[in-house]
Amino acid sequence: MSKASETILAVERVRKRFGGILAVFDVSFELKAGEFLGIIGPNGSGKTTLVNLITGFVKPDGGRVFFKGRDITSFMPYRIADMGIARTFQMVRLFYNLPAYKNIIIPLCSSRVRRLGAGRYGEKDDMAVDLLDDMGFERDSYVPYKTAGSLPHGYLKRLDLARAMALRPEVLILDELFSGMSLSEVASTLPLIEKFHEEGLSIIMIEHRLKELFRVVDRVLVLNFGRKIADGSPQEVMENEEVRKAYLGIEVEIL
Amino acid sequence: MIPTLLVYGLVNSVILALYALGFSLTYGISGLANFAHGALYILSGFAAWNLIHHMGIPLLPAALLSVALTGMLGFVFYWVLLLRIRGIALAELVVTFSAGVAILEILTWQGFYGIRYSLPVFLRGGIEVGGVAVDYQRLLVLGTGVVLVILLWLFVHHTRIGLAFRAMAQNERTALSVGIESDWVGSLSLAMGAALAAVAALVVLPLGVMESTIGYEVLIYALAVAIVGGLESTVGMILGSFLIGFGQVAAARFIGAKWMVIVPLAAIVVVLAVRPSGILGRFKELEERV
Amino acid sequence: MPDRKGIYRKKRLDRGIKARADTIYLIASWREIFYLLLPRAFPVGFLLILPAVLHGYWQKVLVFACVYGLLALSWDLLASCGLFSLGQALFFGAGAYLAGGLNYYLHLPPLVTVPAATVGGGLLCAGLLAPVIRLRGVYFAMVTLMFPLLLMRGIETTGVLGGTHGLSALSPFPGETLTAYLAVLAFLACLFLFRRLINSDYGLVLMAIRDDDRAVMSGGINIYWRKTQALFLAGSVGAFAGALMTHHFQFLGMSAFALDYSILPVAAVALGGQGSFAGAALGSMILVPLSESLRALGGLRIALYCIILMVSIVALPEGLFHYLERKYHQFETRAEVE
Repeated sequence: MSKASETILAVERVRKRFGGILAVFDVSFELKAGEFLGIIGPNGSGKTTLVNLITGFVKPDGGRVFFKGRDITSFMPYRIADMGIARTFQMVRLFYNLPAYKNIIIPLCSSRVRRLGAGRYGEKDDMAVDLLDDMGFERDSYVPYKTAGSLPHGYLKRLDLARAMALRPEVLILDELFSGMSLSEVASTLPLIEKFHEEGLSIIMIEHRLKELFRVVDRVLVLNFGRKIADGSPQEVMENEEVRKAYLGIEVEIL
Repeated sequence: MIPTLLVYGLVNSVILALYALGFSLTYGISGLANFAHGALYILSGFAAWNLIHHMGIPLLPAALLSVALTGMLGFVFYWVLLLRIRGIALAELVVTFSAGVAILEILTWQGFYGIRYSLPVFLRGGIEVGGVAVDYQRLLVLGTGVVLVILLWLFVHHTRIGLAFRAMAQNERTALSVGIESDWVGSLSLAMGAALAAVAALVVLPLGVMESTIGYEVLIYALAVAIVGGLESTVGMILGSFLIGFGQVAAARFIGAKWMVIVPLAAIVVVLAVRPSGILGRFKELEERV
Repeated sequence: MPDRKGIYRKKRLDRGIKARADTIYLIASWREIFYLLLPRAFPVGFLLILPAVLHGYWQKVLVFACVYGLLALSWDLLASCGLFSLGQALFFGAGAYLAGGLNYYLHLPPLVTVPAATVGGGLLCAGLLAPVIRLRGVYFAMVTLMFPLLLMRGIETTGVLGGTHGLSALSPFPGETLTAYLAVLAFLACLFLFRRLINSDYGLVLMAIRDDDRAVMSGGINIYWRKTQALFLAGSVGAFAGALMTHHFQFLGMSAFALDYSILPVAAVALGGQGSFAGAALGSMILVPLSESLRALGGLRIALYCIILMVSIVALPEGLFHYLERKYHQFETRAEVE
């Protein structure tokens, strides 16, 4: 396990200001290969902005992001995705008038998947259905072929996850994957993510459901008002005074 | 040499600002890019000409009547054509553009070109400024430009309708929720934009011969000024008109008179390619790129 | 309830021939095969017969219709990936000037100039518009509107490529009927190629870019490169139309960048309906002969296109083709309201 100590993603003092609001201020952290990192923080603490900064959807005012030692700060989102950082969206961005499996075709058309060896025309459909089958869309049912717009919310979230996984990423960033999911949907999705982690995928998970998050992650990073206030193992973070203050004790008690 | 350049550059810049004023006002308030602006401009000129020559109305009342008529046309335009497609930026663009082209082509078909179509000047004669002969009409253009900008500023910042306009420009939904009617403000903004085009036409057109093709040019100039300066910024609009105005005069002086028309077209293409939000446009960049 | 009697509502039912997806049909009889093939085979057959039947003036009109049809198809392809062009004249003019220039200065035959102008025009348009490809909607439309004007004024001012006088005495195609067939075949080929393309995975990605470019970017797809490819394709088709017209007229002038070539394709698509290419084809096949038969109106033709364009957008936003398609594929019965 020499790979486990290698840094795959490094964020160095990134900063972003929207108008007068400091969304993210001087946040730095490193992600080791194969690590499972959780990012938590109250609403508006800059979690989603941090994801946007890493994946290139927002350009930082300062600071840098490195992926496998390469500076990717100024890269366009598609280039970052092409290098192997896939993400899901908090508000799912899908093509609702397309059949569910057709949504997966789009990443399968990328040059990354072609490089890694994807099928020719026609085979992509099979690959998409295979992938959806893995995510719990039963291939023999009508579900993968229904238009995405007619599926319930929990399925949409998993469809978004399937779309991210279609890229065969090295780093997966989940932006509040469980928000809006029912308990049973969470219970069926969580093992999937644990499986990805066991297979060696590095994962960053942003979540409000602390109970589920703390069960699976190796390390937790806490943001508040755009600043990093804690970074450590779940135990360390839970005992941190500042974290308790940020959450006003409410959610920490649930733990 | 230098004084000529300065004076004519100044006059030219103010003319461009006048062209752009109505377009920018409408866009700034209701986000409506009125591509019929040039057509309304020249239409008001012909309306005034007809009032003077066929109905025998004196110049000043004819001019006022023409401004009012053009403003009303803008108002009607909104309720008839734009109401159903409001908010679909592209449909708005295509509809206003084709309405403009239709007006211009019908004017051409009617034979509205040639030397006999010219509006009388308000003031005859001229003076010398620093060794450069300037006629009174050009001074009137300068004065109108300055007065209009000041009046607009006062109107937008100190009257109830003006405040409603500003509210709409900032956030349409919030404005709706406090009881400002979006369609009402939208149609008023279009009417005011059209009326401003008419005012510009009536002071600028007497400097030359009227032709329906001028409508296309006015649209291009208005767009160029608005895009170079930044679509929603008033200061940017003034800056844009000065940049293009002096650029044109300089191009005419140093390269050749024919190059004057190239300047605004090239400016549009270059600015949109390099900095689409314009020189002073603020938040557009995030929206349009990435 | 006696007073409710006589109140009817429209009841719409799909004809039961579609299975699972839009493109998969369940066919059980010859009648159904005929039903499916008729709307495809009839227009194709009709168009293939036309050049042989028509003569003189109306043959020319057919060429016009196909040329404008090509421009409309090219417009529709760009619109499929979210690029709204108001400057089809740029593509047309680029092809026209490339073909005309090669023929006039280098004396190359049409057999060389037309293919060269097609590819070269596509490259030129993609190259010119690549810097502004990040612009969205209205902004892209404005740039494309300005480009042909800029090139037209540029040629006028500098006097290159014939300046205001243009280039004349260019080589014609051998025979009018051949020209008409070339135009019709190119038009049909382009129509079916584009329809095929948009239903493939490649087309799926293009349409996804129009709907949500950020989602596509997060799928690792270089949207600007895809859009540039679409520009090349659309530019090539437009340039081919320009090259064809240049040799057909045996003359090349600044009018190649005229507003006609920008507005009529948009009007044709607006009338026919966007998104299926068949709508664009239908629209141009209706509009061009209509405007030719109103030739006496002269300059008013452009005004007419504009009015049709406005009316289609405001009153018939789905377009004629989608309306007809719906009527063809659905029963409409009147059911009494209970």
